[in-house]
Amino acid sequence: MKIGLFVPCYIDQFFPSVGKSTLTILENLGYDVGYPLDQTCCGQPMVNSGFVKEGNRVTQNFRKAFEGYDVVVGPSGSCVHHLLDHAHVGHDPGDPKVHELFSFLYEQQNFPPRLKSFPHNVGLHYSCHALRGLNIASPSEIVEPYFSKIQPILDLIPDMKIVPLDNADECCGFGGTFSVFESAVSIDMGQRRVDDHLKHEARYIISMDSSCLMHMEGIARKRGDKVEFLHLADLVANLWP
Amino acid sequence: MKRKKHPQAAEWYINHSPSPKAQHNAGIHLRNKRDVAVNEVDGFEALRKRASQIKKHTLTHLDRYLEEFEEKALANGIHVHWAVDGAEMNKHVFRILEQHEVPYIVKSKSMLTEECGLNAYLEKQGMEVYDTDLGERIVQLSHEPPSHIVVPAMHKTREEISEIFHRTMDTEAGNLDARYLTLSARKDLRKRFMEAKAAVTGVNFGVAETGTITICTNEGNADLGVNKAPVQIHCMGIEKLIPRQEDLSVFIRLLARSATGQRITTYTSHYQKPRPGSEMHLILVDNGRSEHLGMPDFWESLKCIRCGACMNTCPVFRSGGGHSYGYSVPGPIGSIIAPARNFEEYDDLPFASSLCGSCSAVCPVKIDIHGQLLKWREVIVDHENVEAKKSIPMKWGSRILSRPGLYRFSGKWARKLLGWFPEMGRRAVKDWTRGRELPQPPKESFREWYLKHKKNKP
Ligand code: SF4
Repeated sequence: MKIGLFVPCYIDQFFPSVGKSTLTILENLGYDVGYPLDQTCCGQPMVNSGFVKEGNRVTQNFRKAFEGYDVVVGPSGSCVHHLLDHAHVGHDPGDPKVHELFSFLYEQQNFPPRLKSFPHNVGLHYSCHALRGLNIASPSEIVEPYFSKIQPILDLIPDMKIVPLDNADECCGFGGTFSVFESAVSIDMGQRRVDDHLKHEARYIISMDSSCLMHMEGIARKRGDKVEFLHLADLVANLWP
Repeated sequence: MKRKKHPQAAEWYINHSPSPKAQHNAGIHLRNKRDVAVNEVDGFEALRKRASQIKKHTLTHLDRYLEEFEEKALANGIHVHWAVDGAEMNKHVFRILEQHEVPYIVKSKSMLTEECGLNAYLEKQGMEVYDTDLGERIVQLSHEPPSHIVVPAMHKTREEISEIFHRTMDTEAGNLDARYLTLSARKDLRKRFMEAKAAVTGVNFGVAETGTITICTNEGNADLGVNKAPVQIHCMGIEKLIPRQEDLSVFIRLLARSATGQRITTYTSHYQKPRPGSEMHLILVDNGRSEHLGMPDFWESLKCIRCGACMNTCPVFRSGGGHSYGYSVPGPIGSIIAPARNFEEYDDLPFASSLCGSCSAVCPVKIDIHGQLLKWREVIVDHENVEAKKSIPMKWGSRILSRPGLYRFSGKWARKLLGWFPEMGRRAVKDWTRGRELPQPPKESFREWYLKHKKNKP
């Protein structure tokens, strides 16, 4: 299986380490990974703001860039949710199957053999699109037996303590352009989200979406909070023995 | 007063209102209680599905059920009136009151009468209105609209309520005891109830096969009014219909659990016919509903049973407050309904959401709320009803991001300037940095790193 590595635009520009970690994880697990150089973005920023035609143009570029790949994997629940549920990539014959990194590993049941210890209190931030869009875990609203597709990986990390939160899966308030056009609400939501983690003494806040992390980290740094932010891919790659 | 757009109104609530955390605290409390209550029910998700099916079926056969409902209601001895809009509903109510020379009315909670501005209309005709739901009484006394459909005074703290009661009912100053305050309001209203000549209520469900209506309250105030006054008037939106009595078993189990985490509301009353010697009127109100029903992308939002769960769970609602929406039904569902009724006025509301999807996941009738909000954004943009400050960056963004070469060129600059899209740059940075630091830009993009370290290596 040849995997096309999808590095969303803002990760490419602002969080390159997340792209590198994703590549490392996939290669360490034995996959043959290619990185199409003409990729840009999934089109979500436009579509979520109502600019569907504009977004579709960008998605067309995505399709073209990944032509010839059967499987595409990217480290963002949000972008992948957009590609699957809004841009309907996967519906047309010839479309690749697009996966969020950790959902992909879960589907493949392919996990690292072991990981190094991480003796810290960690707050887990399920991004809304990974959670309610991709069903990476059971959302708190739905009455169903608990499951989480990232649990097997978390269980591999010795000594890490996941702190409980008052509101386990509340939105952080990023929301793409919402973060600037509704900045007062967005900031208020973000402060509340970070406060929940701080109240339960998280030293690290971990997520599968860099956009949520960028927003919460921006808030925490502005206030001088003592907490650090890590993409789950970075954590796993750093703990690879 | 001109309506403020949501971002400005929410900003005011967050940064300048007297108690900006009140709605969050009350909302999250209700959401948590809801979670406990719904987890007790075996097959809760199946119940939601069933409720959605019943509502969809009813809405797609609404003409038939409305006729059946009217026929049965008339046979029960109810006076049935039709109102094409709010103005007609208000006139019906006033005409009935005038005929009976009613000096004032007692009114239980009804979002429909809020929507149609009944209080203001009646007061203009010289008629006094006493809202009898405690929360609604509080907002009435402080001359404000409700901030929530189930908990109208959700934005008020106990201190504020105590102060309002002291001012209007001469209660003891500074007494914060909830029991004392509740009893004082009750005592004050009790004499209005006893002498009332007419009672007005909303309706939770109308049952087509029996021609009956069901009203759910926690205070019994609707019943007190209806059972005492010789004239009872029920105002009902036409989407409140369900086909059969047994369907109530689905909705009654969902409503209170989703709304407040109660298993059932304290009072669930069914009214079938007038008491001997009294009159029962039912006003069936359209006020934009038929047109809304004809909108292929949005008609499903008429399934709403007004439980308020989507408001309680919505972090945007809890942060910005119910008044920030400027519409009688606030929150996620209000942001779909409002533009369906008046597109030009409420085109900001579909953007007042982070699209986290929690609303759709709690909704007991499974409305795809955040999906419809996203759809509204598309419609609004297609009508060019969007400010240039939003549309220019989007068009630029699309142009850049659909051309890999241009993206690489501007990406380099973006990292330097941190203005993602050139036109948007300065403004976005200003809004972003109000409460946040910017991300620290790395030296090189992933692509640049990849080209250096990976490309052409075995
Ligand atoms: S949309 Fe759903 S959750 Fe919101 S008030 Fe209506 S029924 Fe309740």
